[in-house]
Amino acid sequence: MSAPKFDFDIAVVGSGPAGLAAAALAASKGASVVLLDEQAEPGGQIYRAVTETPVRDRKVLGPDYWHGAELLGPLRDSGAAHWPGATVWSVARPREDGPDGERSIQIGLSRNGAAAMLIVRHVILATGALERPFPIPGWTLPGVLGAGAAQVLLKTSGLVPSGATVMAGSGPLLWLLAWQYLQAGARIDAILDTTPKQNWRAALPLLPGFLRSPYLAKGMKLMLEVRRKLTVIGNVTALRADGDGALKSVTYTRNGTEHRLPADTLLLHHGVVPNLNLANATGCAQRWDEQQRCWRPTTDAWGATSVEGVSLAGDGAGIGGARAAEEAGRLAALDALHRLGRIGREQRDQLAAPHRAALDRALTGRAFLDTLYTPAEAFRAPADDTIVCRCEEITAGAVREAVRLGCSGPNQAKSFLRCGMGPCQGRLCGPTVTEVIAAERGVSPAEVGYYRLRPPVKPITLAELAALPKTDADIDAVFKH
Amino acid sequence: MFRRLPEIETAAEAVAFTIDGRPANARAGDSVAAALLANGITACRNTPVSGAARGPYCMMGVCFDCLVTIDGTGNRQGCQVRVAPGMAVETQNGKREVER
Repeated sequence: MSAPKFDFDIAVVGSGPAGLAAAALAASKGASVVLLDEQAEPGGQIYRAVTETPVRDRKVLGPDYWHGAELLGPLRDSGAAHWPGATVWSVARPREDGPDGERSIQIGLSRNGAAAMLIVRHVILATGALERPFPIPGWTLPGVLGAGAAQVLLKTSGLVPSGATVMAGSGPLLWLLAWQYLQAGARIDAILDTTPKQNWRAALPLLPGFLRSPYLAKGMKLMLEVRRKLTVIGNVTALRADGDGALKSVTYTRNGTEHRLPADTLLLHHGVVPNLNLANATGCAQRWDEQQRCWRPTTDAWGATSVEGVSLAGDGAGIGGARAAEEAGRLAALDALHRLGRIGREQRDQLAAPHRAALDRALTGRAFLDTLYTPAEAFRAPADDTIVCRCEEITAGAVREAVRLGCSGPNQAKSFLRCGMGPCQGRLCGPTVTEVIAAERGVSPAEVGYYRLRPPVKPITLAELAALPKTDADIDAVFKH
Repeated sequence: MFRRLPEIETAAEAVAFTIDGRPANARAGDSVAAALLANGITACRNTPVSGAARGPYCMMGVCFDCLVTIDGTGNRQGCQVRVAPGMAVETQNGKREVER
């Protein structure tokens, strides 16, 4: 039986700000590093297509976007291997231990239609964020997209909506996209702001912290410009997308009165939550974050998780934004180097000091934003006729009915309803299902829990799995008994 | 409906491909999902459950609503595959067929 050879010391999953910074730093200190990413180009979603965006006019996407390009030089110089177009679908301990009994971790990935296994000593998951589900009646209609999706279309292809366009929701990304559309000369008919009035009261005590935030000036400038130039309708309390096979109109309620707008495109946004599927399936412990109203994997100050050899960096460990992610990536890399015996504890702490200070600065004022932009309960746990699980077309009403029949949490909802069992594996319904069940049972989301996920974290074909190279141990397992 | 920003339209390197057998053009670097939207196609499949029309929703590989058949292989995430010259993209009716 041959022991597995290590392909790399460290694998970093995700090439957003956290992953780029982590891979560059770890490799620059002599570790062999591979950076794995699903997209064709580095940058993650925030710096999406930064190397080759057709949007050359720098003022359209703004200076914060172009900062992403500064992370690429250090990555190239570091000698880290960068494998774009690689989907990681599992992270696990292999059956055999590494040479000399060293800890080893096996990564299942697919690339160019073929699957492969990598053996590494340490994994840094930098899987980033995804948009919080914003379930409203009609959100599955073609023509309804996430604001993040619209921003990806702008960054990668220079595409903007052409017909009647409505943006709806709450949170910094909504304002940023509206501002970028203004710079690009794109059409926006109205912005429907769903930020609940009472959030301002709750957020006010946290304002002093936000006044010291590096984001304050930028945020104010964006909002003032957008409000001056566009129709912004506040205090929107109910929202519906209508159409037959495609979006035709958007209906909203303001101060108790219903209004309707014609729309070809509706862009929805309710903030972002950690993309924790890979960490969850790897067995990393997670906890409910009441302030950000989402589940987040439990980490220490270095990003180390409850699973030995697996660290987390960036928004995948809790939402902090791009600059915070970058610094968290460097901290995770330094800790990984220390754990691998490349640097001593003292050296780690010394090298980490400026990054920790920068991380603290980047997180200043976060609590204010989290509180101000908490979505209203009516959108977190929507009305009965709203689809929550897009894959299996399960409504909030069906989930509530299942709770009345004894369904106690998201995992039970799978067997009651197939809710969360489709190809997206709960990414677009998980937070909503947790909230709906918690509200219906009258308990906290922490008690209700989240989906217990299993690899493969993204669907892969049987042909890909069957074509995996086999070790002697794999063959023995089948034929020796 | 989506349109290309003017300065990009003129600089575009065109990629010829087909949508359900009809000739179409995209820009090099477009994902298949972006190429469909640029060609006025907002719905790229209908669901296996109710048959409802769906189109790209997240553009980052999360939602699986942009599933299409690409060069004869079904269930491809249109937002994760780059459009290539001569590529045959087909909208997908229901679930993936056994033989493709």
